[in-house]
Amino acid sequence: MGNVIALDSILGVGELKATPTAPAAASGCTSSACGSSSGPADMPAEVWEKVKNHPCYSEEAHHYFARMHVAVAPACNIQCNYCNRKYDCANESRPGVVSEKLTPEQAARKVLAVAQEIPQLSVIGIAGPGDSLAARGANTFRTFELIADKAPDLKLCLSTNGLALPDHVDRIRNMNVDHVTITINMVDPEVGERIYPWIFHNHKRWTGRDAAKILHERQMLGLEMLTSAGILAKINSVMIPGINDEHLVEVNKAVKARGAFLHNIMPLISDPAHGTHFGLTGQRGPTAQELKTLQDRCEGDMKLMRHCRQCRADAVGLLGEDRGAEFTADKVEALEVSADDSTRRAYREHVEAERAVRHASKEAARAEVADTVGNAVPPILVAVATKGGERINEHFGHAGEFQIYEVGPAGAKFVGHRRVDQYCQGGDGDEDAIETVLAAIADCAAVFVAKIGGCPKDRLAAAGIEPVDRFAFEYIEESALTYFKDYAARVAQGTATLRTGRDAVIRPSSQPAARRA
Amino acid sequence: MAYKIKSAECTVCGACEAECPNVAISFKKGTYIIDATKCTECQGQFDSPQCASVCPADCCVPA
Repeated sequence: MGNVIALDSILGVGELKATPTAPAAASGCTSSACGSSSGPADMPAEVWEKVKNHPCYSEEAHHYFARMHVAVAPACNIQCNYCNRKYDCANESRPGVVSEKLTPEQAARKVLAVAQEIPQLSVIGIAGPGDSLAARGANTFRTFELIADKAPDLKLCLSTNGLALPDHVDRIRNMNVDHVTITINMVDPEVGERIYPWIFHNHKRWTGRDAAKILHERQMLGLEMLTSAGILAKINSVMIPGINDEHLVEVNKAVKARGAFLHNIMPLISDPAHGTHFGLTGQRGPTAQELKTLQDRCEGDMKLMRHCRQCRADAVGLLGEDRGAEFTADKVEALEVSADDSTRRAYREHVEAERAVRHASKEAARAEVADTVGNAVPPILVAVATKGGERINEHFGHAGEFQIYEVGPAGAKFVGHRRVDQYCQGGDGDEDAIETVLAAIADCAAVFVAKIGGCPKDRLAAAGIEPVDRFAFEYIEESALTYFKDYAARVAQGTATLRTGRDAVIRPSSQPAARRA
Repeated sequence: MAYKIKSAECTVCGACEAECPNVAISFKKGTYIIDATKCTECQGQFDSPQCASVCPADCCVPA
């Protein structure tokens, strides 16, 4: 299975057996003495403590830690025009879709089974497939109780549309849930009525502008209550061109003013085959640059999440992968489960130590570029083939997605990811797949890989995207900065040309390999 | 006087079961069913039958 991430490959000693670069400047200080493990300068230490191992709340954490969604909440209390609950297809990867619904008891057993197989697991989330707080949240809270009892080291989090949230904030806090995501697509009922045909509230179905107004008021109240309870709130917004794309700037201001921690603007997933209202009416999703431009506009004092994979309500693994098919009900039934958490604890200690050194080495690389290049050359985008661990450790042909970094004098920053069809299928290059890769990373100047064959190398070069394998198994950010320094020198010499003004295609995954029948 | 669930269209989400004021809805053999002897169509209780109001597939209908 191509997208399974082995622990040894995360640690940089994967099956390709290249020697991992020794982390630079290991000065011997402990992580706490360095202060670097207390996190980025723009974040209070107690907040960093909450997010540092949560792959959805920390971009850095998503290279190291895995999440698992348990699908115990099938009921919903609103209808969204981008959602259709009638079809349940194992080949689809999008929110609201699952293959198996679980009882709270089945979910708790599955959590223990996955936790002993995947030491990177740090978070258990409930994201539906309906709304985690609909039907009074009964299954959600029962599941949390069982997990907290058997695996107290795992963080609990939930995702909701917010309609029922004000009724449950006290209980959420009492269960030590530190992270709640609210999907907020509008702060104006006129916009809302084009997204939500109806809601069910106070024993009644509401439609039109009334429905959107109630939902909006409940979302804002719920967010304010989370903030006063000290619970970190992430806001998910679906970007729907022509309906709420410009409006999301207003949404961003409204949630920022109410203390939201992170804003995640996601592209609409729309396909007639999904049977959603937007799919059937031909509503398009945004392009890669439309999405990035909006995210850049909203990014000010508040962090924008760029690493969301819009995963299924039963996803398992690192964010770029889905190992759900390894843990179906019958397979979990056959596994022996235990509450032993020693492997997970050892993995977390390893990551903690590695990160302490990384913060200093990233900063050193950034400072060098700022000194030598300055503002002479505008930032570029590079695509990276990675299996995790913040390293360039995936073959070009095995990548199911590329991570996109913007690199320039201000540093190397993760700005997104692009799904592609794997180029290499059973040893042969796939001509159709190379086209999807070229379309998905057309706005990038280079693609960093652990290894690449001659044929795709030529195709990339012809498309103006430089294939780069000289940083194999090294860290992404430091490599990107080194590359940018060389690139700036080549531009100055006239041997490279600036690459700007390109766009790329956002492709929802239609058939993740692990889910293929 | 009772409602029923059109099982072919039901997504088995269980939203109706949680809303029924008469505990008339239960999960049997892979689908939800309404006990006609307990169903009141919510008359005297709510403005509209709760199961039909919450159902995402509009499959709770008069029997």
